[in-house]
Amino acid sequence: MSFRIILLAKQVPDTRNVGKDAMKADGTVNRGALPAVFNPEDLNALELALRVKDRMGDAEVIVLTMGPSRAAEIIREAIYRGADKGYLITDRKFAGSDTLATSYVLSQAIRQLEPYHLLIAGRQAIDGDTAQVGPQTAEKLNLPQITYAEEIIDVDQQSVTIKRRLENGVETVKGNLPLAVTVHSSAPRCRARIARQVMIYKHARTLTELQEETKDYTELYNSRPYLLIDEWGAMEIKAEEDKVGLGGSPTKVKKIENVVFQQKESRVITASDEDIEELMQHLLSSHIIG
Amino acid sequence: MNNVFVYCEINEDRMVADVSLELLSKGRKLANQLGIKLEAIVLGDGLDGIEAQILPYGVDFLHIGDHPALFPYRTLPHARLVIDLFRESTPEVALFGASPVGRDLAPRVASALKCGLTADCTSLEIGEHYEKKTDTHYPALLYQIRPAFGGNIIATIINPDTRPQMATVREGVMKKEITDPNYRGEILKLDTATMIHPEDLAIEIIERHVEKSKVNIKNAGIIIAGGYGVGSKENFQLLHELAEVIGGEVGASRAAVDAGFAEHERQIGQTGITVRPKLYIACGISGAVQHRAGMDQSAQIISINTDPHAPINQIADFTINGRVEDVVPRMIRYYKKNIR
Repeated sequence: MSFRIILLAKQVPDTRNVGKDAMKADGTVNRGALPAVFNPEDLNALELALRVKDRMGDAEVIVLTMGPSRAAEIIREAIYRGADKGYLITDRKFAGSDTLATSYVLSQAIRQLEPYHLLIAGRQAIDGDTAQVGPQTAEKLNLPQITYAEEIIDVDQQSVTIKRRLENGVETVKGNLPLAVTVHSSAPRCRARIARQVMIYKHARTLTELQEETKDYTELYNSRPYLLIDEWGAMEIKAEEDKVGLGGSPTKVKKIENVVFQQKESRVITASDEDIEELMQHLLSSHIIG
Repeated sequence: MNNVFVYCEINEDRMVADVSLELLSKGRKLANQLGIKLEAIVLGDGLDGIEAQILPYGVDFLHIGDHPALFPYRTLPHARLVIDLFRESTPEVALFGASPVGRDLAPRVASALKCGLTADCTSLEIGEHYEKKTDTHYPALLYQIRPAFGGNIIATIINPDTRPQMATVREGVMKKEITDPNYRGEILKLDTATMIHPEDLAIEIIERHVEKSKVNIKNAGIIIAGGYGVGSKENFQLLHELAEVIGGEVGASRAAVDAGFAEHERQIGQTGITVRPKLYIACGISGAVQHRAGMDQSAQIISINTDPHAPINQIADFTINGRVEDVVPRMIRYYKKNIR
């Protein structure tokens, strides 16, 4: 394959609609009640990666995800939608990594896949909303970065032209490859699963997952070695141990608190004409409105 | 001890962005608490006289980088100058706006300096810390307080051993306060022509199309905000009508923005704008923590919701049990009837 696109994706707890079901009686979040999902903007990023692949023809999309064993779901999902291959970056030593340590781990993994042309990731993950890992990874790899991408205008072997979202507008920029791109939620939605890909890859597993399976996959994997999703730990990506995990993270969590709001004595009224009229009169006479 | 630095962003009108002025105000207070100076860095093209906008916030040293390659903003030349300046002066604290520019730049700088960075802080304080493992006492660290996990918890983050202690803060979170209109600060010009390398110009801007923002939520006295419960883009039109009639601005929750009912720039909450209007009418907003944190300082809050147990009702002065499409038209009618 001549044109290599690397996609960074993350499995996240779905924090978007933490409703009453996901809150415990003491007001804390019941994490178990939140489903693990493909980070939404990483799906936008996957779509842009696949569009580049479509345009280039002879191209491949390789998905990297860092997380526990379960995060292999993300790789399968990306492959179902058209990605070619994935690696699960997983190691107990990585636990507790902040964005700096995470970007170091990802950059080391990406270095194992050189040469590549484009590094694409979602702008931010919904569990942290920091938008830091993309630019930090780009810096570690000494790549220029184009953040908040929403459309690939043009791409060839040497360069890419991208429309990016600004606070109150858009900007079209061009840069030589390789470079890093982070994708905004205003980019097109990701295409659906491709039935053929699902048929082929539904048994794709990491080694760790295979060990947990009750069914014997030996024969299947001997004839279809591409079903194995590689797991890379600190050794495989040649990571220095003092730069990963808690020890490699300059930020420390000092304290975690539940959010407490000052409760008010709320006056409850109905939607009746009388109640609403009275409310509007109150707002007017107390000069809150008018 | 080294100083507090604030990166000042230049907006499309070549004015210093509000978020930067808010950070200067906060930076001044932090510098006072730490007994150190406040420094600012501003990068752009044609910045003559820019100091008049910055020094009154109590800036002791203002670093100005003036070069055609610095406007419009591009990551690499800005990162180069900030990284070089920080390497030379090792700030104690460095603050950036959690704006598209700040969130593009700050992580790049933090990565190069291998220091910690906390995004979207809702509060910054100075406090002590004791590290058991190494038996070290830190008398004055920057507490970087931010929502985490979709806004459902609040985390206090510290960077004990790396400098600068870096943080980004969203617009509207800190209050803008001039220290002294005649504050005397020293101006230091950066030697941009030699500092910017040719490879920093790797990304070429081909076209830009920027509009003035039509919405001004941050400064609105009355905000009519809609959530997912409004149900549709069409129903959101009712909110616009009410806003028009009583003279307010329309805001939205993240869920409503994600559903396509309202534009991104109307989003209120931790990942949107923080507001403190005199009246906030929450229509069909259940009140996720991340939303409430961006509006709970409103003077008066009215919640319109079909769910009597919606969390937002706990912080509301008035709770109207009903459907948005029934209540809002009545509010319009009885406003018109009673005004004169």
